Amino acid sequence: MRLIVLMIVSMLYVMPKAWAEPDIARQRELIHWVRQDCGSCHGLRLTGGLGAPLTPEALRDKPMAGLVATILYGRPGTAMPAWQAFLSEGEAEWIVRQLQQGFPRESR
Amino acid sequence: MDRASVTARLSSRVAIRALVALCWCLLLAGCAATSAQRGTGDLGIVIERADGRVAIVETTARRILAKVEGLGDLSHASAVFSRDGRYAYVFGRDGGLTKVDLLGARIVKRVMQAGNSIGGAISQDGRLVVAQNYDPGGIKVFDAVTLELLAEVPTGSKVVGLVDLPGNRFAYSLFDKGEIWVTDLADPRRPHTRRFPAGMHPYDGLVTPDGRYYLAGLFGEDGVALLDTWQIDKGVRKILENYGRGEEKLPVFKMPHLRGWAIAGRHAYLPAIGRREVLVVDTERWQETRRIPVKGQPVFVMARPDGRQVWVNFAFPDNGWVQVIDTLTGQVVQTLQPGKAILHMEFTPRGEQVWLSARDDHAVVIYDTQTFARLDSLPLQSPSGIFFASRAARIGF
Ligand code: HEC
Repeated sequence: MRLIVLMIVSMLYVMPKAWAEPDIARQRELIHWVRQDCGSCHGLRLTGGLGAPLTPEALRDKPMAGLVATILYGRPGTAMPAWQAFLSEGEAEWIVRQLQQGFPRESR
Repeated sequence: MDRASVTARLSSRVAIRALVALCWCLLLAGCAATSAQRGTGDLGIVIERADGRVAIVETTARRILAKVEGLGDLSHASAVFSRDGRYAYVFGRDGGLTKVDLLGARIVKRVMQAGNSIGGAISQDGRLVVAQNYDPGGIKVFDAVTLELLAEVPTGSKVVGLVDLPGNRFAYSLFDKGEIWVTDLADPRRPHTRRFPAGMHPYDGLVTPDGRYYLAGLFGEDGVALLDTWQIDKGVRKILENYGRGEEKLPVFKMPHLRGWAIAGRHAYLPAIGRREVLVVDTERWQETRRIPVKGQPVFVMARPDGRQVWVNFAFPDNGWVQVIDTLTGQVVQTLQPGKAILHMEFTPRGEQVWLSARDDHAVVIYDTQTFARLDSLPLQSPSGIFFASRAARIGF
């Protein structure tokens, strides 16, 4: 019984983190940031540059976990840096989902 | 109607037409005269990176003269100038190469020359424009007048750090292959290339103002590759090999740029990759003489044309700061916050002003380099590169 309670509590604790979408203001921030600052290596249109293309065609079939890990921890030995100081896991996941669907344009 | 009146009518019609045509001629000549009768020595362009647009600016009155649309994807765009300073060649990310007439404020010619491009250079004699490409990797050589493709040198690697050398030669680095190549375009249709091993992942290059030394910064290892193009047979020498030995590198959120060199007097000022430092190198012995701690990881380290000051901007997340180093003392003498996301800096030809692009403020801000007073701010959408036509006369620009 105790174990079940513990499990439920811990699930509740974990779930919102995994599922929460960044709020609208943060989404706008992230969109701007990805286009502009990830764009310095991946291109404003994310079609690639020094970094790989981040288009839906390039990312659609790649597993979420790997891409999230790439964003958070970087890829040692390549120019892809770790962004974990600026992003939560949920936010990195949100970014990957947007990239796989076709990244939103910046609204002005 | 008799024959005579028909003829009369016809001839009066002809006369009116001639008159109208004459008026047009005068009008057009007038327009052409007003635009042609000014130099371009105080003109330049600013890239509005998100909108595929460039602004033509004038540094004397510090104003925007015109906008030119339709240049495609301009993230990481750069430009070089024709030797008469009239035309800018703009290299876009999407592989577009666009020739822009600064006086006529219009696109003269535009070609899509690659899938993914990063910049270019112009030859010593001004007749060749060369693009450096990521995809497919290599360089392409164009006629500067017509933008006709003259030659290609495939590299099988992303090309970075392309510069012009005296003698219609070009030096560039291969990011993926770790080499420096020098291509001789004395006969533009028959390029002749020499290759030199350089080191792990060169990320950008520069040539000294005299056109002699080519330097490539290395991302994959500590150090800088140096090629003396006056004694090219001696090959590449590695300098500053242990500038970061034993220290943990910071993650690099933006690649530094070497182009726009900071050679002031006998010293070169270089960004230390992965560190919050500017390296000072003696250009006679090519040895490190000093390190200057700065606010963030440097992106551009640029000398004022007289060499008395070096201005530094920084990678994310410190890209709101700019610092000024006094080259006499080697000290940071000014720390400025010109705006949000400072991407680029450009000095007026003799250096009394510096123009800075503040991407997220949608403005170009202008400072007096002597007093550090803020002189002006021009509204521009997401500005990035600023390129003044005075670059036309400088080796390596
Ligand atoms: C300093 C340059 C640089 C910056 C800035 C940068 N990246 Fe990268 N990125 C790279 C490189 C290089 C690679 C390719 C690594 C490799 O060769 O495996 C890469 C790879 C990736 C991949 C994996 C692509 C694939 O097909 O596997 C993702 C996802 C990614 N980056 C996302 C981002 C995001 C999101 C940002 C901004 C928060 C960002 N990158 C900023 C250089 C950069």
